[in-house]
Amino acid sequence: MESDIRLMKGNEALAHAMIRYGADGYFGYPITPQSEVLETLEAEMPWESTGMVVLQAESEVAAVNMVYAGAGAGKAVCTSSSSPGMSLMQEGISFIAAAELPALLINCMRGGPGLGTIQPSQADYFQATKGGGHGDYRLITLAPSSVQEMCDFVALGWDLAFKYRTPAMILADGTVGQMMEKVILPEPRRRRTEEELREQCPWAVTGKKNRKRNIITSLELNAPAMEVINNNLQAKYKRIEENEVRCEALNTEDCEYLIVAFGSMARICEKAMELARKQGLNVGLLRPITLWPFPAKAIEQAARKAKGILVVELSAGQMIEDVKLAVNCQVDTRHYGRMGGMIPTPDEILGVLKEMFVK
Amino acid sequence: MNMKQEDIIKPENCVYRKPSLLTDENMHYCPGCSHGVVHKLIAEIIEEMGMEDKTVGVSPVGCAVFAYNYIDIDWIQAAHGRAPSVATALKRLNPENLIFTYQGDGDLAAIGTCETIHAANRGENIAIIFINNAIYGMTGGQMAPTTLLGMKTSTTPYGRRADLNGHPLVMAPLMAQLDGTCYVTRQSVHTPAAVRKAKAAIRKAFENSMAGKGTSMVEIVSTCNSGWKLTPAQSNEWLVENMFKKYPLGDLKNE
Ligand SMILES: Cc1ncc(C[n+]2csc(CCOP(=O)(O)OP(=O)(O)O)c2C)c(N)n1
Ligand code: SF4
Ligand SMILES: [Mg+2]
Repeated sequence: MESDIRLMKGNEALAHAMIRYGADGYFGYPITPQSEVLETLEAEMPWESTGMVVLQAESEVAAVNMVYAGAGAGKAVCTSSSSPGMSLMQEGISFIAAAELPALLINCMRGGPGLGTIQPSQADYFQATKGGGHGDYRLITLAPSSVQEMCDFVALGWDLAFKYRTPAMILADGTVGQMMEKVILPEPRRRRTEEELREQCPWAVTGKKNRKRNIITSLELNAPAMEVINNNLQAKYKRIEENEVRCEALNTEDCEYLIVAFGSMARICEKAMELARKQGLNVGLLRPITLWPFPAKAIEQAARKAKGILVVELSAGQMIEDVKLAVNCQVDTRHYGRMGGMIPTPDEILGVLKEMFVK
Repeated sequence: MNMKQEDIIKPENCVYRKPSLLTDENMHYCPGCSHGVVHKLIAEIIEEMGMEDKTVGVSPVGCAVFAYNYIDIDWIQAAHGRAPSVATALKRLNPENLIFTYQGDGDLAAIGTCETIHAANRGENIAIIFINNAIYGMTGGQMAPTTLLGMKTSTTPYGRRADLNGHPLVMAPLMAQLDGTCYVTRQSVHTPAAVRKAKAAIRKAFENSMAGKGTSMVEIVSTCNSGWKLTPAQSNEWLVENMFKKYPLGDLKNE
């Protein structure tokens, strides 16, 4: 069969990928720069074709709790937002993680803090990878750098979420959400039947037909029992750290200078790397695809012979902390970032790299 | 009539029994609290409707957080105030399920007012059981949005004052004027007669939601004898004398 190739925005690709994954529900609240997700879904009317539920909620707080419920019913459900909306969702995300429910969350980051700006940013790295909400939990965090990855990570995110019964987040920046690129859409899959769902998710609350009742809760007032629950969660996170690290390495073998960047910044850094190599500088690029679990080993390996690491982010320097930990502060690791919606050019990045390390 | 012990325990002489859906778990509610009575009614109704295999209850944050320990159906515990959002998604994704929320006044009328009003305004086919005891029972008796003027709580130790604390929030009329609601009623469980009426009301709310009529809310004007610092009997008197004046019983909307 011929592949379905289209030109579209990253946010639109998310919506199409959801429908084609066989999603059961989407709950969202408008916010720039990700409103196209809800708009595209409403225009596509998947409730007519696949039976997927699409609902504009009254707030991000309501939306994330709808996702909590849908995930509790074993459904493939999703919400998307941008930074301020994501902040509002944090209590709900903690509940989803604590109740061990599979859900897909999408943050198309904009500049902050506060109401900030609608321009792109990567300053929610800490929020996504270090918790964000309360308590000891983790989010599988996927960072797409192209419209194709926006599309592909919908399926990957849900697959991982169901595999580990844990929320997964697509942490995109406004650039990836807004830019238009060629994308190959996946083959449509049908939604799971009621029987398939009951078999795959025997823990789901769907009514206790032919089984004992299910209870979804994150509450346990007995301290020793609560510690066991926490330990089990941590054991699961360890399994994810061991099995689900993903990254892309370009020219990192024996590189003298290593750039580490994710999302749209990795695209710009790739260009900077090419310019550098034309000038005879041995520069490599490592792009974390999973921000959690973090590709620490791959970075440590790529930086073995490096004189310096440059971490480029649209923030004041967040991922750099994980990069420093990855190399145990044994390699000179510096940060270059722009904020407020400003985006550096490849020349700018190369200039910074030369000034910091080459001179 | 002088019946012998052996006759009394014969199955055909049974006039009342514990609903089969009430579990054997010891209830954590204070003796005299309205929560326990309402739980029993819900268990009876689900059993009578034959819906035990299709019902999912949404428990709140509040004294009823552990409702899931007592009624033998599927349950999901919601974050404080968010039960209507949870119920919305459950019902939309599985329309054949009977979905109800069980919420206190702090949960429904303070932190969750937005979710309550919007779920009802969308006409979600869910039933909302609203336990209005005019206080935050679980956290130790603080002021609730429904606390009466003059009423002493741990955060209004000299009595609630309108100028300092605002007025009691009266939810039922607010809910009744929304186009999405089909049934809004106030009931109580302080006498056997009241309990029977409350049961009929909850049953109607459950039936409405299965018939796709929209949102139903059954407010139970309740007691919290621990929070009110009264005996259970005194609480019932105080309920009639004070609570019913601000929250009179009866249907506000029945379509
Ligand atoms: C986000 C959040 N804020 C505050 C609390 C603390 N809290 C627990 S129960 C409760 C009040 C419950 O009162 P109500 O809803 O009236 O229920 P009742 O216990 O009276 O039945 C509060 C404030 C919480 N658990 N979560
Ligand atoms: S504190 Fe009040 S509401 Fe809570 S169980 Fe006791 S009497 Fe009931
Ligand atoms: Mg209360």
